[in-house]
Amino acid sequence: MPLSVSLSIEGDTTVIELTGELDAKTAPDFHQTIEKAAGHGTSTVEIRMAGVGYMASAGLRSLVFAQQKVANNVTIKVVGAIEPVSRTIRTAGLDRSIVLSDE
Amino acid sequence: MSETQSEQVLRVDAYPTHEVGGYRVRAGKPFPFGANVVPGGVSFSVFSDQATSMTLVIYKRGEPEPMAELEFPEEFRTGSVFAMTVFGLDHENIEYGYRADGPYDPVTGHRFDARQVLSDPYARLIAGRDVWGVEPDRSRGYQYRSRVCLQDFDWGDDTPLGIPAEDLVVYEAHVRGFTRHPNSQVTAPGTFAGLREKIPYLKELGINCIELLPVFEFDESDNPRSNPETGERLFDYWGYNTVSFFAPKAGYAATGRYGMQGDEFRTLIKDLHAAGIEVILDVVFNHTAEGNEQGPTISFKGLDNATYYMLTPEGYYFNFSGTGNTVNCNHPVVRNYVLDCLRHWVADYHIDGFRFDLAAILGRALDGTPLPNPPLLELLAYDPVLRHTKLIAEAWDAGGLYEVGNFPAYGRWAEWNGKYRDTVRRFLKGDAGVTGELATRIAGSPDLYSSRGTAASVNFLTAHDGFTLADLVSYNDKRNDANGENNNDGANDNNSWNCGAEGPTEDPEINALRTRQMKNAIAILFTSQGIPMLLSGDEVARTQQGNNNTYCQDNELSWFDWDQVDDNAELLRFTREMIAFRKHHRELRSTAHPTGQVRENLGLPDISWHGERAWQPDWSSESRLIAVARCGTGDDDVVYVAMNAHWESHDLELPALPGGRSWHLFADTGAEAPHDIRTPGGEQELDNAGKYLIGPRSVVILVGRTDDPEML
Repeated sequence: MPLSVSLSIEGDTTVIELTGELDAKTAPDFHQTIEKAAGHGTSTVEIRMAGVGYMASAGLRSLVFAQQKVANNVTIKVVGAIEPVSRTIRTAGLDRSIVLSDE
Repeated sequence: MSETQSEQVLRVDAYPTHEVGGYRVRAGKPFPFGANVVPGGVSFSVFSDQATSMTLVIYKRGEPEPMAELEFPEEFRTGSVFAMTVFGLDHENIEYGYRADGPYDPVTGHRFDARQVLSDPYARLIAGRDVWGVEPDRSRGYQYRSRVCLQDFDWGDDTPLGIPAEDLVVYEAHVRGFTRHPNSQVTAPGTFAGLREKIPYLKELGINCIELLPVFEFDESDNPRSNPETGERLFDYWGYNTVSFFAPKAGYAATGRYGMQGDEFRTLIKDLHAAGIEVILDVVFNHTAEGNEQGPTISFKGLDNATYYMLTPEGYYFNFSGTGNTVNCNHPVVRNYVLDCLRHWVADYHIDGFRFDLAAILGRALDGTPLPNPPLLELLAYDPVLRHTKLIAEAWDAGGLYEVGNFPAYGRWAEWNGKYRDTVRRFLKGDAGVTGELATRIAGSPDLYSSRGTAASVNFLTAHDGFTLADLVSYNDKRNDANGENNNDGANDNNSWNCGAEGPTEDPEINALRTRQMKNAIAILFTSQGIPMLLSGDEVARTQQGNNNTYCQDNELSWFDWDQVDDNAELLRFTREMIAFRKHHRELRSTAHPTGQVRENLGLPDISWHGERAWQPDWSSESRLIAVARCGTGDDDVVYVAMNAHWESHDLELPALPGGRSWHLFADTGAEAPHDIRTPGGEQELDNAGKYLIGPRSVVILVGRTDDPEML
C-alpha cells in the first residue's frame, strides 16, 4: 500500500499526516516532508500515524532521522500510532526522545 | 553545480553490463571490501587468496533458503578480490553471504567447502542473533547473516573530545549488564538505548571515559555449559568470542531486530560525547569464534584459513589465546583487516580508543615468535585515521608472553598495568615488604614507563576479569562453581583478603572494615599517577558472590544492581568526591614521573615520602605505612596522602608547609561517614597543625593550602 504524506501548520505545530505503509520504498517521501517540517521552525512537529498499518525498520529509521533533523528544542510527537507500531517505537527506546500520544 | 544538476549527472557505472542468475550486474570495485550501496545497486567485494571460484548468496531477510546465488564471473576478479555490483536489490531487506570453492587440504592450511555459506568478514551488520538470549534455530544452514548497512548517520557537530590521556577517568562496563537488572528502570533494559538513559548517572559520578566490554557481534548462545547447581543455561556473556568484527552486536540493541543496531549505538556514542564522556572499545583480535579444527566454520576459515590463522606445520591451529585459534595478525592481509576494522569504528562510529585483549599476540610473527618491531603495532600507532585515538594494550597473552612495561609503544600505546593491581592489592591486605614497590606504582611506575610518561600506565585494581572490589575484601578464595567448571576457571592469584569472614557476614566490625578497605582502594587509585580505571559497580560495592570469572553469568551475579546506588550511597559519595578531587589537583595527573626536584614556587619537592616522622619514610619489610606529598608546577596546593595498611593506628608527624599554608583534611577513611570525605575545596583545617592520628587500615588525604590568598 503506498504512503500518502501531507503537511500542514496548525498554530505553532507542524503536522505531518501519514497513511499507508512506512517501509524502505515509501520512507523517502516521509524524509522529504521531515526536511520541510524542520525548516518551518515551529516548536512541535506532530506526526499523525493512525493510518499507518505497518512500519518496517526503514520507518523507524525515519523517526530517528526526524529526531536528528529538528532543533534540540523542538518536540516531536507521534500521535495515534496503532499498538504494533507504538510498541516498536517503545522497544527501540525512541519514546525517550519522541513523545508518544494516543490522541 | 547545484544539487539538482549534480543529481542529473549520468554515471556509466550506474548501469549493468552483465546478467548473472537473472540479476543485472557489473564488475564491482575491489575497495572498499564488504557490501556498499552504490548508485542503483550494492557492490559486493570479498578477498580470498586461494579460492577457485566465489558465489554471492542472497536471501530475502529471514528466509531459510536463498533467493539468488550469483557466481562471480572470472572477469570480476582482480588479483585475489572478487567484486560485483548487483542492481535492483532492496538493501534493507536482504541478507547475504558467500560460498567459496577451493582446495580442502588441512595440512596445507586450506579448508574450502562450497557447501557452506560464509559471513562477510567486512559485514557492517549481522542478522541471526538479533535479540539477546533467544534460542537460535540451529537447523538453518547459515547462522550469522551479513547485512547491508547505510553509513549515513547524522552526527551533527559531534567531534572527538580529545581528552588528554592523563586526565581520563575510565569506567569499565558491560553494555547489557549495566542496565539489564529489573531495577534499572530504563525503557529498554540491557541495550545501548538503556545505557544511554544512564548517562546522567555516569556524568554525576565524574568519569569521562567509558570502556565497553566487547560490542562486536558474538554469539551468546555458543556456551554449551549449564549451571551444575540450578541447571540454568550458561551464556557467552562477556562476548570475547567475536563472530563479526565490523558489526555492532544486534542483541545489544533494542532495535536489533529491525537492523537498527548501528544507529542505536551511534546515538549512544553521540550522547556520551555530548556529556563529555569518551568511548573506548575492548577489542579482541587475538582469536575468533571459529575455534580450532573442531569449531564452526563461520567466515575466515572457509574464505582463507591459511591467511587468517596461525597454523602449525601440520595445519593445526596455534593457540596463544587459550581459546582454540590465534589470528595471524602480522600477515600483511590480516594487518590491513585489523586496520580497516579500527578505522571503521573511528570514522563511522566516532570511537575514541581501543583496549586490545591479549595484545601481546599482536606482536607475534606468523610462526608465533615475538617480533622485536611488530609491524601491526607500528601501523596502528601511525595510522592517520587512528592518529588521536587512545590505544591500550593488555600486554600479555595466554601463550606466556608478558610485556607489561615492554610493550612496543611507538609513543602511543598505554598498557593495563597488572603490576599496579597486584602491588596495591598486596599492600591493602597487609602483606609485608610492599611499601617500596607501592611507592613506585603510585608514582606512575617509572620503572616500567620511564620513557613513556605516566599516562602509559592504566592503573586498576579490579576489572571484569577477576574479583569485584567488594568481593576482593570479602573472599579469600574464588567461588566459581556456578560456571560449571568445578571451580577450576578464573584466577587463583587474587591477593584478596576477606577481612575476617568468608563471604557475607552480619558482623558489623567486619563489614565496617570492608567498607574502609574499599575506600582505601579507591583513595589510592585516584591519587596515583597514571590513568585510573574503575570497574563498573565498584562504586556501589557490586558483588559477584565471590565468582571471579563471570564470563558466562547472564544474571544477577553480573548485572549492576541499581538498588545498591541507595544502599551503598556512602561508598558512591566517597568515589564521586575522590574523582572530583583528582580533577581538582593537576599534580596527581602530571604526565612526567616525579623526580624529587624542588618546586620553586613552594620550596618543596614535586614528590616527597614520609612515615610516622615527616621526611623519614620507613621502607623496611615490616613497614605498612607510607605517606606521599606532591606538589606541581602552577599548583599552589600540596596533596599529602598517608596510607596505613597496618592493623594499628599511628601518629603522623606532618611535614611543615611554606608560605602561610596549613593542612586541611579532605578524606580519612577511618572516620565515620559523612566525615570520611569532603568536597574538593571544602577541606577542613586541622586543629593540630603538625600531627594527625591515622587509624588502623586507613588512608588519610590532606591538602596543604591557605584560605587567605594574600598569604601566598
